[in-house]
Amino acid sequence: MRTRYLIIGNSAGGIGAAEAIREKDRKGSLTIVSDEAVPAYSKPLISKYLSGERTIENILYRPAEFYERNNITFLSGEKITRLEIGSKTAHCEDGKLIQWEKLLLATGGKPIIPGIKGLDKEGVFTFTSLGDVMAINKSLTRGQKAVIIGGGLIGVSASEALFKRGVDVTVVEMKDRVLNTILDEHTSFLAEKAFRKAGIKVITGHTVVEVSGDDSITEAILDDGATIPCDLVIVAIGVLPQLVLASNTEIKINRGVVVDRYMSTTCLNIYACGDVSESYDPVYDENRVIPVWPNAYMGGRVAGFNMAGVRTEYPASTSLNSLNYFGIDIVSAGLVTSPGEDYEVITRQENDMYKKVILKNGLISGLIFAGAIEQSGILFDLMKNKVPVEEFKQALLSDDFGLASLPQKLWKEKLQT
Amino acid sequence: MPVYTEMKKIQINEDFCVNCGLCKVYCTVEHSQTKDIIKAFKRENPAPVPRVRTESNGDISFAVLCQHCAEPWCVYSCLTGAMHKDLESNAVVVDEDKCVGCWTCIISCPYGILTRDGDHRHVVKCDLCPDREIPACVDNCPNEALTLVMDIEEVCQTVI
Repeated sequence: MRTRYLIIGNSAGGIGAAEAIREKDRKGSLTIVSDEAVPAYSKPLISKYLSGERTIENILYRPAEFYERNNITFLSGEKITRLEIGSKTAHCEDGKLIQWEKLLLATGGKPIIPGIKGLDKEGVFTFTSLGDVMAINKSLTRGQKAVIIGGGLIGVSASEALFKRGVDVTVVEMKDRVLNTILDEHTSFLAEKAFRKAGIKVITGHTVVEVSGDDSITEAILDDGATIPCDLVIVAIGVLPQLVLASNTEIKINRGVVVDRYMSTTCLNIYACGDVSESYDPVYDENRVIPVWPNAYMGGRVAGFNMAGVRTEYPASTSLNSLNYFGIDIVSAGLVTSPGEDYEVITRQENDMYKKVILKNGLISGLIFAGAIEQSGILFDLMKNKVPVEEFKQALLSDDFGLASLPQKLWKEKLQT
Repeated sequence: MPVYTEMKKIQINEDFCVNCGLCKVYCTVEHSQTKDIIKAFKRENPAPVPRVRTESNGDISFAVLCQHCAEPWCVYSCLTGAMHKDLESNAVVVDEDKCVGCWTCIISCPYGILTRDGDHRHVVKCDLCPDREIPACVDNCPNEALTLVMDIEEVCQTVI
């Protein structure tokens, strides 16, 4: 078959691109290929499916009629095994050939599997797809004990879901604190306290070196020799770009598929976005893989416009995260700890409220808000648009910080008054 | 061919705002369960939350509400698909049943105007008062510091 637009991947990036393409081009043939047999679903919500709070239908990212209404050919359960760049042809596992004019790689990430002995045993799962949680769900019985390897967002999200299903949960984090890439010490501690209070066990500063048992598992062994009895292990170390299609082609790969500010790869008419890609992060001033949902959607949207012939630059790509577990609300973006002396850190704390902003040369390069999170968006916007804040930096974290705290020209522009 | 639609827009006129807060009061009542001012403020649990904020700095004051952006970052960052542009009104609206309260939209909003509901279960925002011809904040502003204007906007061609 032939298609004007071929999108490989059916998650945030792929859908973002498809929606942008359809805003500009109602007619050009558009095909989305997914190796999963379900319509687009919200990956962050797989934990809500496992916890029993949501059905599959209720975690769908778009209504079921989305593809039909937008004249999209959706090939679900179809696996592309190889790309032939020269002839612009994708080869599918079942022998199907798809010829494209514009191609988007939105293949996402794949779970990192560390070299721990025993991970091939029954009862060991990853936690990044609906398939993963459906398999976990099937294996759940009463009175189980789980060990979660990794205390990042995936591990914490898995912990909460299993905990809600009555599983006894222990999280093992290698570094000295949970959620260490998206939170600072203070907020990591807040989160950890909330987990412990709820009844989740947290072990930091240690790694699992072996998962033992005969056929099915019976315990996890830590680097200090301690053992944790368990019959379920979730590997939640993180994700790496899913590079299998881009490898061994002319497409340039560093850690991820390298894209420019227009989400274009080094090959003409081939674009990439989301967890598979590596794009410029202004906060770090380097290309980075940022596997978070909003960035995937925005990258996909920009890629889609460019594929449809509307030249569009990717606005800014730095990480942003938000979490709401066991009653604590925390958001963060950019840097969460100061990398050195050229950075200025301002913090404010009162009861359950904590706010922190990291500045460099009068620009915001990172922020964390906990408890009172509503004003964080204004700071994120100032960071994204590189607005100098030196003049009013002392107001950034105050209770009544708002648009009126900004120079008049800025708020007048924003509010179009 | 782009298609255009008329859209309700609330215009902020800071020169007339005296920071009286009535927009907040009537927004709260309009979005309460009982729509009764006494019950809304004193009895309802969880307490209803206003979707408008008033700000002041020296002698300047104004109300801030959702701008129903043409490029809504809250919609693009939404993890669930709950936040979306309504095809008929072109307003940015949230499906409160679909929202899980992850707050990604809150950090994405350049106006800082999205808020958690009283129970912190889902996000709440200005819906332009779909049951009223004139939104409650505009209707009850004593000074025309908030006025309703009709704006022409391009309709998004993607059908969600």
